[in-house]
Parts: sequence; structure tokens; C-alpha cells
Amino acid sequence: MTNSIEDMKEAKAFLIIGSNTTEQHPIIGLNIRKAVREGARLIVVDPRSTDLARRADIHLSIDPGGNIALLNGLAHIILKEGWEDKEFIASRTEGFDEWRAVVEKYTPERVSEITGVPVERLYEAARLYATTKPAALVYAMGVTQHTSGHQGVQACANLQMLTGNMGIRGGGVNPLRGQNNVQGACDMGCLPDFFPGYQRVADDKAREKFAQAWGARFGDKPGLTIVEMLNAAEQGRLKALYVTGENPVMSDPDSQHVVHCLESLDFLVVQDIFLSETARLADVVLPAASFAEKAGTFTNTERRVQLIRPAIDPPGEARPDWEIVADLARRTLKALGHTPDGPYAGWDYTSPAQIMDEAAALTPIYGGIRHSRLENGGIQWPCPSPDHPGTPILHVGKFSRGLGKFNPVEYIPPAETPDDAYPLILTTGRRLEHYHTGTMTRRVAGLNKLAPEERVEINTEDAARLGIADGDWVVVESRRGRVKVRAAVGQRCKPGVVFMTFHFAEALGNVLTHTALDPVSKIPELKVAAVRVLRA
Amino acid sequence: MTITLTIDGKTVSVKEGATVLDAAKEAGVYIPTLCADEDLLPFGACRLCLVEVQGDRRPMLPSCTTPATDGMVVRTSSPIIDKTRRNVVELLLSDHPEDCLTCPQNNRCELQRVAAYVGVRTNRFRGEKHAYPIDDSNPFYRRDLDRCILCGKCVRTCDEIQQLGAINFAYRGFRTKIATVLDRPVATSTCESCGQCVDKCPVGALYPEAWLRYGLPAAETKTICAYCGVGCGLILQTRGNTVVGVRGDPDNPVNHGRTCVKGRFGYEFINHPDRLKKPLIKKDGAFVEATWDEALDLVAQRLASVVREHGPDAVALLTSAKCTNEENYLLQKYARGVLGTHNVDHCARL
Repeated sequence: MTNSIEDMKEAKAFLIIGSNTTEQHPIIGLNIRKAVREGARLIVVDPRSTDLARRADIHLSIDPGGNIALLNGLAHIILKEGWEDKEFIASRTEGFDEWRAVVEKYTPERVSEITGVPVERLYEAARLYATTKPAALVYAMGVTQHTSGHQGVQACANLQMLTGNMGIRGGGVNPLRGQNNVQGACDMGCLPDFFPGYQRVADDKAREKFAQAWGARFGDKPGLTIVEMLNAAEQGRLKALYVTGENPVMSDPDSQHVVHCLESLDFLVVQDIFLSETARLADVVLPAASFAEKAGTFTNTERRVQLIRPAIDPPGEARPDWEIVADLARRTLKALGHTPDGPYAGWDYTSPAQIMDEAAALTPIYGGIRHSRLENGGIQWPCPSPDHPGTPILHVGKFSRGLGKFNPVEYIPPAETPDDAYPLILTTGRRLEHYHTGTMTRRVAGLNKLAPEERVEINTEDAARLGIADGDWVVVESRRGRVKVRAAVGQRCKPGVVFMTFHFAEALGNVLTHTALDPVSKIPELKVAAVRVLRA
Repeated sequence: MTITLTIDGKTVSVKEGATVLDAAKEAGVYIPTLCADEDLLPFGACRLCLVEVQGDRRPMLPSCTTPATDGMVVRTSSPIIDKTRRNVVELLLSDHPEDCLTCPQNNRCELQRVAAYVGVRTNRFRGEKHAYPIDDSNPFYRRDLDRCILCGKCVRTCDEIQQLGAINFAYRGFRTKIATVLDRPVATSTCESCGQCVDKCPVGALYPEAWLRYGLPAAETKTICAYCGVGCGLILQTRGNTVVGVRGDPDNPVNHGRTCVKGRFGYEFINHPDRLKKPLIKKDGAFVEATWDEALDLVAQRLASVVREHGPDAVALLTSAKCTNEENYLLQKYARGVLGTHNVDHCARL
């Protein structure tokens, strides 16, 4: 998030796109509900009638895959009516004219055709959004999990610059991160193209810095992303995979393909707290400690680094992941016959605080993060030095790159669109009571009682045509696989769209999704797959 | 603008908009309350916080709904105040079970604390008592309305904090109770099971189901939730090596004590019998327990031999958005610094 959870309270308007905030980020959802009750205006862009959509001033019920057209279309109307923030555009941005030329092609009629949203609703939304300030744009995987995901994010940023909503309290571009420490894992360089702190692998200086620090040698080409790793395994280029606390068999698109890829490996190690669907395929399983059993830090969606503290001991011989990997590193170096030499080449850690000191020394945005500073509420990065208070809002007065750049982005249809054989669009997500692949929540009896099984959500119109009643068993089929599941018939999804989660191994949405990737961000298009629904 | 007033002879300054109860807290003067809560709007239901304000024609005023004004002189205790408060508590107890020792709220109960403070010694009021069935429709908490004192904290929490309004006051007079729409079991309502009302209930009318199995926690540890990316502060309540409860951390700047259903009630996985307790090595298609030395040496040797035979890029690491920053730092350091590959990713895109 460019902004903070706390300053969202000052937003006078919200544009929520591709985020079922109430269920996926419930406490931020509460803040939005409260702000709306106290007078903030709410526009929700979603193919489903989510809790926030029902509370919205305007719900734009979009066909999955139409985000860029819709955002460009709102910008088109704002420009045509002269509602843009001319001063902000002139003083803070660049590339406006080139971008404007693209946006001009997105007439309300054309956008309505692509998105299924009526022209007058587009006008209402554009007027409300552009004339209410400050306005916060909030998005989640509904924007990113498309083959045009990275352009979708750029379209969000363009709209916020057009309306002058960057670098101010109550504004900003606010992606809501799905996992407790997905922000931190990115920050710490667990990406194939970045060292910690988003220092590029392709950058000579960055490579030199880390090579010296760790006494190591590595190439200048970015590595493989998760879906690419699986494909490389299938092709025999990848021989061994070490998985820690992930369950790709359930979380990744085209689940049957994932299993096949993992089975193609020579050696698979899984480190987890449970014998997950992925761990069952492993050659070696290492028992790890849960969050309740270790110290360290998590970084939340607003870049706040916070301390976690051990409340109990790990069960049996389970150990914290940091201890396991340090131990493994010492043994691997020995097996390789390497004795690296560098100021941070060692692997003899005695505490997570000591590891953070090392990470901070090599990671400018975490430069001032020390465990001793995090006792009371944490610190938001960038925090470059030990006396820096942290940064609640990014891009205040000046963008981190200088001028904010308008990136012209075009609507690109999804990789798979409905046809006669597969006439419905499957979009996937999560539910309030469960979490991700269910490894944790399906082991909580009460959560299973509240949400005992998967249901495919289908609109009343589609259900009537297919002869399906609420609670009926149906089969959902895509070109990748088929899933037997009960139907939840109602108005939650718009006609033509069905919804499933990836919480339940026995009725897994990801058996149906496909692996088409955004060419830049390499994110799979989990939000659009063509399916058909049949009575079971 | 600040307001200066006197409470029990102590001079105290508060911000405009503060109530007399806020001012008393600021002055360090205890006033018993049952319906007041820092996170909720003043309500004035329980009539325990009555005080005398010099010069006011009314004999007593509820401090929780009375705005503090400049120059106000307040008394929080006098024979008439003390007697009235005892009456109020006696009236509450006249329709309240007297089984404190076996009540799930024992030793956490605000009514116990208040009764002890005002010094109720007898109960002069005898009459009809409610006998509602316990609502156990929600797996995480019980509703025992026989213990309800109608303070309205649950109703206001659901409305003001959760913005939901799943429950409200229903019926009239002695029959007044807290109910869902059509007075049906709470699991059939719009309740999102956040448990915030349970946390706020001052008595044993709402309590976590886990309290039927566990007594008071032995220790509390502040930490951060392991579910979504909001990063709510949680307080884990433990007995020995078992997590027996969770409450929101009121001091955390993200959630200010609030939680969702997963944060508050989704902790059972931590002590689940399925937890992995020993390293496992697959032999002839079946897992066999191993020592750490065996398992780690095997992994080190296998990964090293892949690196030697096929080059570093024949190995890849998937790190975890569930692990800490420190662990993720080490995992990518292991991939790049030890194995020599940039093949490191996690579920950021999933």
C-alpha cells in the first residue's frame, strides 16, 4: 500500500476493485464499512455481489477480465468532463499526453461492451470518484491475477494520478496483500529477479554487493518463478525443489499438472507444519515451528514490520525454519566443499534479531529496522536508518522515481474466453471462514462447522437454464479437469460467472484454472477460466 | 480546548467532548460501570456510574453520558450514591444465577467485580427468573441469556465496531432480551463470528466455547496474526504448551483490539495432533521417521550433488509467505549464496 490502514479513515471516497475486503482482509473491511457509514462514498467493481458491493453507492458488476477497459473508461469520462486534477498532472507527472491518446479510444460505449457495465453507471462512477477527494483506490488479486495483471495495476495508478490522489492522506493505490508475510517475503528478496529490498539481480552493483557480502557467486539472469519452476521440472531442467511452508498442489493453477511436475523431480524437500498435499509427494519432510512457536517479524500490507513472539514450544522435534535453514546451509557448504568468505558469509545465528541486523545492513529500505525498535507497534518501511521513524505514506510531494509516469495500457482479453463448449467464466477466491489451501483452517473444527464444504456459486438465471437447484450436486468442467461440487444458487455471481475457492482438496477450484501467465509479473490468470456446469 | 473540573477534590483537565467518566479515569478515580466501554459510544444503560454534580438540580447523573464542563465539581461517592449503586446491583442479581464458581466467566466477570466493590451482602429482591435455553448454534461461542444484564455492549459492538447489527434488543419489560432477527439461533443470523461481542460481554452471557474446556490462561503473549496481510496484533493465551484462547491486542495500531473469526478462533491448528513432529524420509514409497542429522545430511548431499552434476539452476527454492522476514532472508541467502541460483520464489502471485 502507498498509504496506511489508519489514514484510509480519512478517505471521502473509495474505489474497491477486485477485492472482497470484508472476507479477505476483514479488519480493513471494517474500517471501510465504518467510513462509509460516516459518509464516505463507495464504488465497488466486482463480478460478485460482495458485502461491500451491497453497501456501495455504485456497484459496477463487471465481467471478469475487463478491469483495464473499465479503468481507462472512467479516465476517459473524467477527461472529457474536465474533472481531472490539472495542477497535480502538470506538476507531479509525465507521459500524460501519450496516455491520454490511448484513453481517448475507451469511449463509454466501447467500455460498456467489453465490461458489461451500462454506460450511465460508468458516468455516475466517474463523476462520483473524480469529484470527491481524497479518494482511496483499493485492489487485490481481482486486479492482478490476469494475463494483463501488471497493466491492471498501472491502470489503477493512472487513475489515482489523474485525480490527484497520490501522496495524500486518505488517497493512494492500496493493494491488499493476501498472506500475513507475503509483503515481507517479497521485501526479503524471495523473488527470482530481486535481492532483498528490490535490488535487481540484473544490476551489476547489486550483484557485486551481495556476492561480496556472502562470499558467493551467482549469475546475472533472473531465476524462475513458481509456475516456470514447475514447467522446468516437467521438462527435466529442474532436478530438485526445496519447498518451505507452501502448498503448490492446491494453490497453483491446474492442480493435476502441478502434481505431474512435482513427480518429475529427482528430489523434493518440503518443510511445513503439516503433511500437506505437496508434502505427501516429497522425498524428505522437515517439521517446522508455527508462528506461535518462534520469534521474528512479519511485514503487513501497509509495510509495517511487526514483532512476533513465541508463546509455546514447537511440538516434538519441530524447529523454527530459521534454525533449519541455517543448519542445512552449514551442511550444504560442507557437502559442496565451500568455505565462503565475506562479512555476512556465516551461518552461525543465535537469534532472529541477529538475522534482522544482517538483513538490515544489506537492505536500504530496512536499514533502520532493529527488533529492539519494534516493541510498540512496529515501523513502516522505507526506514533507512536507526533514527528514521518510518514512512506511513509513499510519494508525498515527489514520487520515488521523481515524476509519476502515466503508463498507457490497453485492454487485453483474457487468455481463455467462454465459447459454446465452455460457456461460463470461473473466477476464484477465498471465503471468510477458510484460508488459502486450508492447511490451517481445515484443522479448526469450528471453522469446518461454519463452512463445511465447497459450493460453486452460480447465478439463478444460469442455474434455471441448467436445471440446477440450490444444494444440488453438479460437475464443473474446464479443459484442465473436472470437479464435483454442490451448487450455491443465488445472486452472488452475475449471470455467466461462477465462483469457487481453493480451500477444499476434495473440490478444488484450481483443478479447473489454467496456467496462462502475465508476461511481465508472471502471475497466473486465476480469475478467468472457461468452464461448463452440468448436473451431476 | 481543555476543560478543568474537580472530581472528589482532585483537579483534572480533559479535552472538550470528554465525559465525567473519562475525567474520573484521567483523575485516577474508580467509578463502577457495566455498560461503558472505551471503544463504544456512551449508552447509559446500567446506572451504576451515578455521580453527584454540585449545583445540578438532579440528585444524581450517570457519569458515562454526562459531558464534562468547565468548573464542574463532582462527587463519586456519598451515602445516597453508594446506596443507589447497591440497589442497582441487587436488582441485577435478582434475575441472575448465583453459581459464580462454576460460571465460565468466573474471575473475569465485571458483575462480580462491581458487586464486590459496592458491597452487596444480601439480596432483598425475590421474583421471577429467566430460564432461556443456551444458544450453542455457533461453534465458537455460547449465548446464555440467563446471565445477561442487558448492558447492550454486544448490540453496540456488533453495530458500532463490526458494522453488522446481527443482534438487537427485542421484546419489552421483563421479557426484554438480546435477539437476532426473528429471535432465531445466532448461527442463522448475519453473524460473522468475529467474537468481538464475546470479548466485550462483562458477564457470562457470551463466552468462548473453549472456556467450557479450559480455565483461566496461565500466560499471555503478544504477537501478530498468521492469516491475512492486515497484520492484526493478537494476544495468545496459553496453559503450558497449549494455546487456549486468543484476544485482539488493544494496543496494536492496526486492529486496535479487533479481530475476525480466523484471528480470534482459528488457533486450533497450532496444537493439532496432525502437526509434524519428526523429520520424515520416504523409503520405498512410505515415510519413515528420521533424525535431524539423517534428514539434513541427506538433503544437503542430494542438493549438492544436483548442483555439481547439473549446475545451480537445476535447483529451486519456494520460500514462504507464512515464514518470518528473517527466515525468508535466510532462505534466499541459501539459494543464492550457498547453492548459487536465483531460482527462488514464493506464493506472492497466488
